[in-house]
Amino acid sequence: MSAPAHASLTSPREGFSAFTPSAMAWLIALAAFVVLWQFGEPLAKWAFDYPKTWQIPAQRWIGDAMKWLLNDARFGLFTFTELTRFIAAIIDLPYRAVLSLLATGFLSGQGSSAVQILPPLSWIAVVGIVAMMGFYAGGRRLALLAGGCFLFLAMFGQWTSAMVTLASILVAVPIGVAGGLALGLAAYRWPRFEVALTPLLDLMQTIPVFAYLVPILFLFGFGPTAAIVATLIYAMPPMTRITILALRSVPSEVHDLGRMIGCTRRQMTWRVLVPSAKDSLMVGVNQVIMLSLNMVIIASMIGAGGLGFDVLAALRRLDIGAGLEAGLAIVALAVALDRLSQAFAAKAGTAARAERPAGIVARAPYTVGALALVAATFAIGLALPAVQTYPEVLQISTGTFFSRVVEWINVNFFDAFEALKNAVLLNILVPFKRLLAGLPWLGVVALLAFAGWRLGGLRLAALTGALSFLIAATGQWEKATVTVYLCGISVVIASLIGIPIAILVADRERLWRWVQAIIDTLQTLPSFVYLMPAVMLFRVGDFTAMIAVVAFAIAPAIRYTVLGLQKVDPRTIEAGRAMGCTPRQLLTKIRLKLALPEIMLGLNQTIMFALSMLVITALVGTRDLGQEVYIALTKADTGRGIVAGLAIAFIAIIADRLIAAGAARTRARLGLA
Amino acid sequence: MLHERRVTRSVVGALALSAAMFVSAPRTATAQESADPIKLTLHDWTGQLITTEIMGEVLKKAGYSVEYVQADYLAQFAGLETGDLHVAMEMWETTGRDAMDASTATGKTEVFGPTGMQAKEEWWFPEYMKEKCPGLPNWEALKDEKCAEAFSTAETAPKGRYLGGPVTWGGFDDERVESLSLPFEVVHAGTDAALFAELESAYQRKAPIMLWIYAPHWAPAKYKGEWVAFPEYTKECYGDPKWGSNTDAAYDCGKPHGEIWKVGWVGVKDKWPGAYKAIKAFSLSNDEMGAMITEVDLNGKKVSEVVTEWMGKNEPRWSEWIKK
Repeated sequence: MSAPAHASLTSPREGFSAFTPSAMAWLIALAAFVVLWQFGEPLAKWAFDYPKTWQIPAQRWIGDAMKWLLNDARFGLFTFTELTRFIAAIIDLPYRAVLSLLATGFLSGQGSSAVQILPPLSWIAVVGIVAMMGFYAGGRRLALLAGGCFLFLAMFGQWTSAMVTLASILVAVPIGVAGGLALGLAAYRWPRFEVALTPLLDLMQTIPVFAYLVPILFLFGFGPTAAIVATLIYAMPPMTRITILALRSVPSEVHDLGRMIGCTRRQMTWRVLVPSAKDSLMVGVNQVIMLSLNMVIIASMIGAGGLGFDVLAALRRLDIGAGLEAGLAIVALAVALDRLSQAFAAKAGTAARAERPAGIVARAPYTVGALALVAATFAIGLALPAVQTYPEVLQISTGTFFSRVVEWINVNFFDAFEALKNAVLLNILVPFKRLLAGLPWLGVVALLAFAGWRLGGLRLAALTGALSFLIAATGQWEKATVTVYLCGISVVIASLIGIPIAILVADRERLWRWVQAIIDTLQTLPSFVYLMPAVMLFRVGDFTAMIAVVAFAIAPAIRYTVLGLQKVDPRTIEAGRAMGCTPRQLLTKIRLKLALPEIMLGLNQTIMFALSMLVITALVGTRDLGQEVYIALTKADTGRGIVAGLAIAFIAIIADRLIAAGAARTRARLGLA
Repeated sequence: MLHERRVTRSVVGALALSAAMFVSAPRTATAQESADPIKLTLHDWTGQLITTEIMGEVLKKAGYSVEYVQADYLAQFAGLETGDLHVAMEMWETTGRDAMDASTATGKTEVFGPTGMQAKEEWWFPEYMKEKCPGLPNWEALKDEKCAEAFSTAETAPKGRYLGGPVTWGGFDDERVESLSLPFEVVHAGTDAALFAELESAYQRKAPIMLWIYAPHWAPAKYKGEWVAFPEYTKECYGDPKWGSNTDAAYDCGKPHGEIWKVGWVGVKDKWPGAYKAIKAFSLSNDEMGAMITEVDLNGKKVSEVVTEWMGKNEPRWSEWIKK
């Protein structure tokens, strides 16, 4: 690519005046597209509606392949299902142990004839241990925060459910981390493996879980184990990606050092590379925790129980307060686990003390303290039940308060909301939907391929063209346009709200902390909790769906923009100020421009988040790919679900690759690479 | 943590031995019956929780070990077919028929007969709408354009807006509107939670609404209103265009009353023959269920309290189910 070609993309003034070849190419491509769109319909009907007879019967193929896998696939001695059932049994062991410890107590026997032989850890012991871990890793503040979060669970009567959820998280996270690390290491060592793995990771992250829920249930059995497996599929990819990235960025001096002192391959990996990549790896751990908590609602639908089930059940009886309490309990768990893991990561980064004091109490004060607490509360709990389980009379609840708040808003402000909704719907949503629905698939496929070619070369062109063609060829085009319309508008709105907020808070540390708390909540609070009040105020339909998507997708828009702005070298800003830039110029000419790669990454993540909300918005009656996946689930039609799920994944991959290519070029142009 | 867990486990081992000697063995069922727990599925609506818990408690009285598993209404079939789950107590003709038929066709699940409860579902309106549309509940009142307009919103005006169930429920409302030539537009809710959220919202504001309501459910007990009286459903109405007021189109009548079925794993019969008989015998009436749902959802009682109460009052009935 020549330098002027870059310039034409981002600063049109230069581009148009010079009419570089690149700008010409874009103009011609767009003109051809418009001609086809406006005048093509009578000549080539097939370019608008993909003919049914040309369709690839992918649904049937995938459905049949699944059937074969479930019923007939064999590896000599045992069937595929037996293998997966075996894996499920292995995962079940630690899960049962943790569940017994935290929630059910140790039982002898099964079902209702089981007898408890040892109670679970008392609530005081759990709160105490968590607080101690906080104190160990981050001092008094963290101890108060982590202990407080768990106390919140007990006080609001969410204890047992929360412990059930915590048990599955405590099993899923180590498996996810270990698995992600292993895959990452393998990909680092064998580049070919990475080539094969990357598209798989994309699919794991973008195909909605509903699409493959039914086969998972057949393979792993109905219950918490299947839920853990589904959680792993969704939560492991970021760990793998971060592992690869972290190992790559280990400085070459460290490699040299390892080689010089004669490390074997294994020592090199475990004694040199992994420890020096530890900080980044902990970010991956953190992501696994967050994504696992995201899955709590869906996991509860397939037998994991816990807080997710409470949220669903409360909202089915429109008990908004109870739904919110259970939802906030998930947030509390997320906050406690997140802050603890971050603090442990920070602590692991600092050097350990060299000297070891004598005596077990001095050497391991926390372990001893925890054991003492467990033993003491167990003994006292035998006599005083309130120590074992949080007494019901001390529980608090918001009761009908939140229902009444929503009612008050509803009665007093519904008309204003209705007017706003109708204005947005009639002026923005509906016209945009019609516009997209009228576009010829052939033109869109060609245009996407062209964009791929200009931004990233022939390989990208082949990818974007082929994937978008497959969406049309499997008969998903119409629903895909609705998907793009809903997500597109939501992403634009999320960016329009998110980026200014980010600019506002980026250099105000205290305000940023508050905003961070809010976006953390939005990200972990199950969207079902605010979806039902939104339905009450805005009725079912696209507008409500859009609100839910925006609320979820705004988090990365804010987060990454702030990250980008904060990373701008202060010396550059200083230089700008010395040259007499106004604050406005500083922002638009220097800070935003330099933060552009991060903002682009944020945009990418906003799109991914928006797409992952599709299945939820299907619950308020949209007619997009998410609905298709949902219908397929209710009809137990695996092929149909996976085809629609793949179409969502394809949209995500196309957007991701185009944005990444664009960001890479911008970065190169700004000299940041 | 790790260290401590190991300690607890060895304690457990020791205790388990001693416990086995002291704790009396749970009452076991007759010899040929399995002592494994029977797994009943719980969904996310109160009526189903009550039905399931009554069944579970009855089975416990007969000496069976019972386990409740939270599961999605439709995703559960995967578990029932493999025998991971055993019994689903409420499968509604109206919403679950397709999935049920698909599942029983595999030969791995079977229908355990009706629960005795009938699902009633129909177009429903709050009582205050009678002022604006005095001909209701007679369906012919809806043909009046003024009446339909009273049910309209900005998006559907001048047509009335009818909020139907999720697409997956079927129900033939689009066809019904067409064949009865009602000036209404059908909008589909995505889930039933969304359906009732809209009703609650409209009811609070005394705003117009016409929607799909089903019973047994708490909504008809909480909100005052009526079902629209369409021409009574018959098989011919759905199957034969000639039937009814519109001789060119089918579906010119109301919705059928649907059974609520019990379904389960095909192996239950052999593994727990006594339990199988009890599950088949289980039967409740709509009124009983309606009263219990109201107690829980509107009066704030716990499901287990309501179930215990029912068990106390109906001992002769349920002991008949588990008689050997």
